[in-house]
Amino acid sequence: MTLAVEFDHVSRHFGAVRAVDDVSLAVEEGCFFAMLGPSGSGKTTCLRLISGFERPTAGHVRIFGQNSETIPPNRRPVNTVFQDYALFPHLSVRENVAYGPKMAGVDRRRREAAAEEMLALVKLEGYGDRKPAALSGGQRQRVALARALVNRPRVLLLDEPLGALDLKLREAMQEELKTLQQSLGITFVFVTHDQGEALSMADRVAVFNHGRIVQHGTPQEVYERPRTRFVADFVGSANVLSPELSARAGGPGRWASLRAESIRLVAPPSGRLSGTVRTVRYLGAGHRVSVSIGGDDLVVILPAATAPPPATGTEVGLDWAAEALHEMEPDA
Amino acid sequence: MSRAAHRAPGGLAGRLSDLFWRRPGLFLLLLLALPLTWLGLVYIGSLLALLLQSFFSIDEFSGLINYDFTLKTYAELLRPANFDIILRTVLMAAAVTVAAAIVAFPIAYYAARYARGRMKALFYLAVMLPLWSSYLVKVYAWKLILAKEGILNWAVEGIGASAVLNAVLAIPVIGGNSLSVSYIGTFLVFLYVWLPFMILPLQASLERVPANLLEASDDLGAGSGQTFRHVILPLAMPGLIAGSIFTFSLTLGDYIIPQIVGSSRRFIGQAVYQHQGTAGNIPLAAAFAVVPILIMGLYLWAAKRKGAFDAL
Repeated sequence: MTLAVEFDHVSRHFGAVRAVDDVSLAVEEGCFFAMLGPSGSGKTTCLRLISGFERPTAGHVRIFGQNSETIPPNRRPVNTVFQDYALFPHLSVRENVAYGPKMAGVDRRRREAAAEEMLALVKLEGYGDRKPAALSGGQRQRVALARALVNRPRVLLLDEPLGALDLKLREAMQEELKTLQQSLGITFVFVTHDQGEALSMADRVAVFNHGRIVQHGTPQEVYERPRTRFVADFVGSANVLSPELSARAGGPGRWASLRAESIRLVAPPSGRLSGTVRTVRYLGAGHRVSVSIGGDDLVVILPAATAPPPATGTEVGLDWAAEALHEMEPDA
Repeated sequence: MSRAAHRAPGGLAGRLSDLFWRRPGLFLLLLLALPLTWLGLVYIGSLLALLLQSFFSIDEFSGLINYDFTLKTYAELLRPANFDIILRTVLMAAAVTVAAAIVAFPIAYYAARYARGRMKALFYLAVMLPLWSSYLVKVYAWKLILAKEGILNWAVEGIGASAVLNAVLAIPVIGGNSLSVSYIGTFLVFLYVWLPFMILPLQASLERVPANLLEASDDLGAGSGQTFRHVILPLAMPGLIAGSIFTFSLTLGDYIIPQIVGSSRRFIGQAVYQHQGTAGNIPLAAAFAVVPILIMGLYLWAAKRKGAFDAL
């Protein structure tokens, strides 16, 4: 398998700030790769190291096996969909999409035909003459996508491209991006702080914190077997059990994670732990019950189909399948 | 006793503020009354009076103004002696504007893209500082700098480049006996005096070009030259036009600089000055004064047609 992008002990320091700190990663060709992390975790800097807007302080960034440190952004086989789209306000939608081919010296007729074809691909036929200012957020996002894809990049970089869209549109675009990536077979590297987005779209997820990759693997691996407390907390807000609590529940006496949806409520004496219901919140698809056990709070997600949720203040027992409790490494 | 739901208006200022909230139009009227009066009566009014004057003519024998409507005065502008003045002034204004744009761009670009904190403060200071001293002092200082016995000549001799300077001065028309009595000298002084008026609007417009557009252009395969031509220049165009309006119209109307530095051939400003003063030919002075307005109008119209304001 060819590696589209490879980081070999890459660091990018800004003075004393280690934005990216000794990161090694490999993105296989044709893969939908998500970089997931809170803001300031170094994921965007990693993306900019691939596009060439940042240069590594140490280490090597390879694109299709070639060292890229000395190659400026305009000569790399990658294109970017920018966070706020960065559409040229003085150019029409068609001219925006045709910008890359124009710079490459493609004649007007051919580049405009290519632009129209791309606009059709992102379902924006007939919008070519408009200015970006006359488009909605979702439409601008599609133009940005078409403008990048028209150059037939070998890697498409997406920097939080769905962040500015409302929920409904975001979900629709997630579907479309995934379908598009599969039909085009291009490698996508996607930066997001939304764990749901990363899990639902990516083939591989790298979780970033403090400029380092804390864990990478398939979405299932990262979600079900978080390596550290940070990952458990950030990816899907699992319950994190302290070594003491874990031991009380019959666990390993180490830090452990427990998915909220894998906990069942039982009558008080039975179950692995018992506690008092502190709050109950309605989620639509179910209820989120917060149970207080000594000083700790555990969150339980009850599907809507089950019996009505317990009232605040009731004593409840908590039970789960033994393998649901997942032992973690201490945070670095 | 029940508590009032709303607070009582606080005094006269409070009542006034309430009134403005209820009648936003009144507030706007009050805000604009003074500037509109000024602009409408004093400024537009005197412009119209000027325009009116230019349609009168002067009786060549008595020297009295004939108040009948005529285009005779405008026809007089086309006489070779007068038309030369117009042509000379327009060419000078165009040259100054182009040169100011070229000199100002790197400075404005640096200030907009790179200068931060102290450097930015220093930039504003450096650009504005020349505006603090009197215009006349600066022009006379330049006369001394450019004179045959001046510091520039001395420095050029010092580095052994007199031959170059002499070759430049030997160029017909724009050359002359020394820089201070040549068109080149006039041009240099104009360029110096009006440069801040080009830098500031240009810097303001470059400041509004988002950095990620430059990255997007780079990302899409454009070299730095292509990014400049297709992204930076079109987006900076409103600033460039604003700056060029200043440099162009200020040069068109100036009558001091060409009088102090340069060959003794006249510019529009000097013609206006002489016709309304010593010659007492108000209609011709007015007609001359209309020329820059007309040229600026044409210039803006052409700029708009070329899409210079599309980025606004």
